[in-house]
Amino acid sequence: MIDVSGLTVRFGGVTPLDGMDVHFESGTCGLIGPNGAGKTTFFNVLSGFVRPAAGTVRTFGEDLLGMTHFRRARWGLRRTFQTEQAIEQLSVFDNVAMIHEHSKLSGSSRRQDVLQAISFVGLDGDPGAKVGTLPAADRRLVEIARAVVGRPRVVLLDEPAAGLPDQETAHMGDVIRRIPEQTDALTILVDHDMSLVSACCGVTAVLDFGKLIASGPTAEVLRDERVMRAYLGTEDVG
Amino acid sequence: MAATGVETAETATRPSPSPRGFDARTLVRPAVIAALLLFVLLALPSMLSTYYVDASTQVAIWAIVALGLGLLVGRVGMVSLGQAAVLALGAWVAARLLFATSMPFPVVLLASGLITMVLGTLVGLPALRLSGLYLALITLMLAGAITVVLATTNFPNGGHGFLGYNGSAVHIPAIRRPSIAGTDPAFFRYAVIVAALMFLLALAHVRTRPGRAWAAIRQSESAALAAGINTTLYKLWAFALASFVTGVAGGLLAGSTRYLYSYDFTTQESITLLAVVLMGGIFSLWGAIVAGLLLQLLPQLLNSWGISPDWLTILFGIGVLQVLLTAPAGLVDQVPKDLARLGRLLVGLFRRGVPAGGRAP
Repeated sequence: MIDVSGLTVRFGGVTPLDGMDVHFESGTCGLIGPNGAGKTTFFNVLSGFVRPAAGTVRTFGEDLLGMTHFRRARWGLRRTFQTEQAIEQLSVFDNVAMIHEHSKLSGSSRRQDVLQAISFVGLDGDPGAKVGTLPAADRRLVEIARAVVGRPRVVLLDEPAAGLPDQETAHMGDVIRRIPEQTDALTILVDHDMSLVSACCGVTAVLDFGKLIASGPTAEVLRDERVMRAYLGTEDVG
Repeated sequence: MAATGVETAETATRPSPSPRGFDARTLVRPAVIAALLLFVLLALPSMLSTYYVDASTQVAIWAIVALGLGLLVGRVGMVSLGQAAVLALGAWVAARLLFATSMPFPVVLLASGLITMVLGTLVGLPALRLSGLYLALITLMLAGAITVVLATTNFPNGGHGFLGYNGSAVHIPAIRRPSIAGTDPAFFRYAVIVAALMFLLALAHVRTRPGRAWAAIRQSESAALAAGINTTLYKLWAFALASFVTGVAGGLLAGSTRYLYSYDFTTQESITLLAVVLMGGIFSLWGAIVAGLLLQLLPQLLNSWGISPDWLTILFGIGVLQVLLTAPAGLVDQVPKDLARLGRLLVGLFRRGVPAGGRAP
């Protein structure tokens, strides 16, 4: 459960988030919007990389913004980035184990938890293989495994399937859809691929110019007139 | 990609498929290293003249310094141009302790390592805010400042106690050596053992939690934070470790040369060090040994062949360019690969029956 109210971020004269209010309950939720709508800025606020000018974020009743950035991962906030961030020189196992060893979880279950996360995303090669030697789709799956290992509470996925071919995107979607049932974590998916969002997310929220313009069941939101306008532009602007 | 083999899917669900498999190869490596170390310790000193024994001692010492810088640059991605100054600090602390106290030499090494660790971590503080070129520049400036301070405060050339100064150029007392390593070959062995311990210390870090955290920071600091890594702690930890080993190397240096001069620790030395560390290879600990050889053995070889070691500055410049362009992992990665390629080429030529020296069509 995540409750965002009045979230505002200003960079000089630009306001990427302008009094954003949103509530996500559970499961896999979508967050969409045109380029520059503020989706990644929102994730960066949650990660603690950007300090908001105003607003509050409560995750499962706790004040997320009051936590030091690196402690948020220990609390259970996980994320992936638009650019690939799996560590090339380390093995698949070490990549995932690293998240586990910086969490509050006990080391005795580490090996088991890590291998479970790796098999959950469908990586069935040698866990000792260096990530740098894997194909792009597998490197993306390693990032998902990093996000779900142990006990995540909120998982943020920032365009996890960007640049992947259709077949791999379908597998990725399948994995993303199963994250909440596997880990019980609230999963928020940002993506431009509407078929992926439709396939994974029961509910979806739409951002435009830093404000929430629609939210609700994904199918309804995607048919919403305001959403169409935000993506396609209106005649007087376009 | 996913779901390609039945037998591999089974491996992933089995309780303990070891990511670091225990096979014969895991034993061969340490055995080769142990044999090499034994050869260096037992056979090498008696095969070399005093001149080359001394040079080899310097190789061992500078390999430790290169190890420290290699950790910073290769593992964490922080460029320091102040390592010669950190070495000077270690040597200074050790020399003072050796003059002022009667502590055993290993204790002095440990103490100079620890004190240098504290000072070196202070030098590393800018790394929390700066990176890349700016960090390099700041560490260079700090190194310059340390060099100036050491020069103007009469870098120890002997004298009593902690601050004593001996103005006489003739009767400078030598810095003492460990009782078991008074002679040059014995001190060489001593330095090699200390260096081996420092490499083991570094290996213990690189292979475990801090090593993984450093790799994450090197890849992306924000991704490391998002992974729950306290980047401030681990960056300072890297500087602390690099400074510790460099401080220990400083202690060895004090004992090996027995006389220290501030002009031995120039700022240019720090820059040359970075060059040889890059040439040796920053992603492997072996690279540090290659760096030590380049920095301390090569000049002596050139000297004995009658070539001016000044050529090395140019040679290292070309060497760095070569490595940056064609082998980012350095000579330790490139040379074995190229030798293997050459070997295959020669075998291929031989099989095709091309006469020696001839060209394949």
